[in-house]
Amino acid sequence: MKGNSYLARKLHSLLGVVPLALFLVNHAITNYSAFEGGPEGFNESVEMLNGLPLIFFLEIFGIFLPLIFHGVYGLYVAYQSNWNNSRFQYGRNWAFTLQRLSGVITFIFIVWHVYQTRYQVLIGELTHEQLGHQMHEIFTNPVSVVLYTIGVLAAVFHFANGMWSFLVSWGITVGPRAQRISSYIWMGVFVIVSALFLLSIAAFRSDEFAETAAAVRTWIG
Amino acid sequence: MATETPVKAGKTVKFIITRQDSPEAAPYTEEFELPYRPNMNVISALMEIQRNPVKTDGAKTTPVVWESNCLEEVCGACSMVINGKPRQACSALVDKLEQPVRVAPMSTFPVVRDLVINRERMFNALKRVKAWIPIDGTYDLGPGPRMAETKRQWAYELSKCMTCGVCLEACPNVNDRSSFIGPAAISQVRLFNAHPTGEMNKAERLETLMEDGGIEGCGNSQNCVRSCPKGIPLTTSIAAINRDTTAQLFKNWLSF
Repeated sequence: MKGNSYLARKLHSLLGVVPLALFLVNHAITNYSAFEGGPEGFNESVEMLNGLPLIFFLEIFGIFLPLIFHGVYGLYVAYQSNWNNSRFQYGRNWAFTLQRLSGVITFIFIVWHVYQTRYQVLIGELTHEQLGHQMHEIFTNPVSVVLYTIGVLAAVFHFANGMWSFLVSWGITVGPRAQRISSYIWMGVFVIVSALFLLSIAAFRSDEFAETAAAVRTWIG
Repeated sequence: MATETPVKAGKTVKFIITRQDSPEAAPYTEEFELPYRPNMNVISALMEIQRNPVKTDGAKTTPVVWESNCLEEVCGACSMVINGKPRQACSALVDKLEQPVRVAPMSTFPVVRDLVINRERMFNALKRVKAWIPIDGTYDLGPGPRMAETKRQWAYELSKCMTCGVCLEACPNVNDRSSFIGPAAISQVRLFNAHPTGEMNKAERLETLMEDGGIEGCGNSQNCVRSCPKGIPLTTSIAAINRDTTAQLFKNWLSF
């Protein structure tokens, strides 16, 4: 690869945390409002996010471009590694392989998910208020529920383990004890953020979202 | 005791060795069955094959070629993959190995012949990062600054590196698709940057690791630290140098 791969790799690592990790956690909390507050709660959260100032630029520079760079460069990083888990069955080596595998799964999942949601809003097929219903529609297909569960768990694992690696790659957790404690913390974060996403999947499947969708449809209709 | 250790009748050990006739040739395996002797290691087994190069099927073959030197795990010459793990053949005791013993070259490196590999990239890496302390002058420079004993204790652990290449063989990111320099040289940068005189060239070493083919290829699989025959805290070294290179990055950006 031409140019300085140190800077590219550092940028890749930084973008994974700011903004992507922040976005993922925010996304988990937003979705969780569907579980906690039903369609009303979810729509309120969506409205609140879309009410942020300079939302257009936030989406472009805060999500879209970092995601493209992190995703595409990440595929290159995954391509560069020779997985050797059959020879070295250590926990961290499994995490290394899973990090790359979950990255690729997350990349495919995000393309699909953005197509189903944000892209439909962009081309005018959906409004922000209909997103909850759209998720309900998607989840009427059990295959989608399974694929979303896999996608979400891959994304959250990639985030949690990526945070662990970030702390090593920037020299924040240096010694083995610091790295061990860090791994416990991020394992906990993985469980909590996964739970938020899985609960919101369950919430979107409930009839509540079908009803509001019907209401919205007649109202628009 | 002048008497030779008696060979237990019938007891043998089996070896399956991955061989390669030349750098470009395709590798193949050959099986050997040797008389067991107490306390034999992989090197003494290879010596036995050298004396009597006959395969299990009775056919004669060429003696297996390997490299070894100190025979006490301090020189790093006899690194090979034994039962799937890269390690020193001299300290690989046959009594502690599963049968048949599978021996292969560390193929992350160019294979010269059979078990002999070319570790030149490691020595080039040490040259690139200037893994030495420049003390030459045109006159007597006098004694250098003293090193704190607490620092010397951990720096000594890093100085045990024998450039054996086991950490590079264990690393999933050392391969021809990646330019990663490998754990050993990074740990040596930490060692020479820790030295009070070596520290005077600290920035130079760090900046080499911040170029293409430097530290950036580390993916934190941490196989290196689990594999190092000398127990060197390689991942601690890498994280410490990650910290130093990050600091150097901002220093360079903000200083002009």
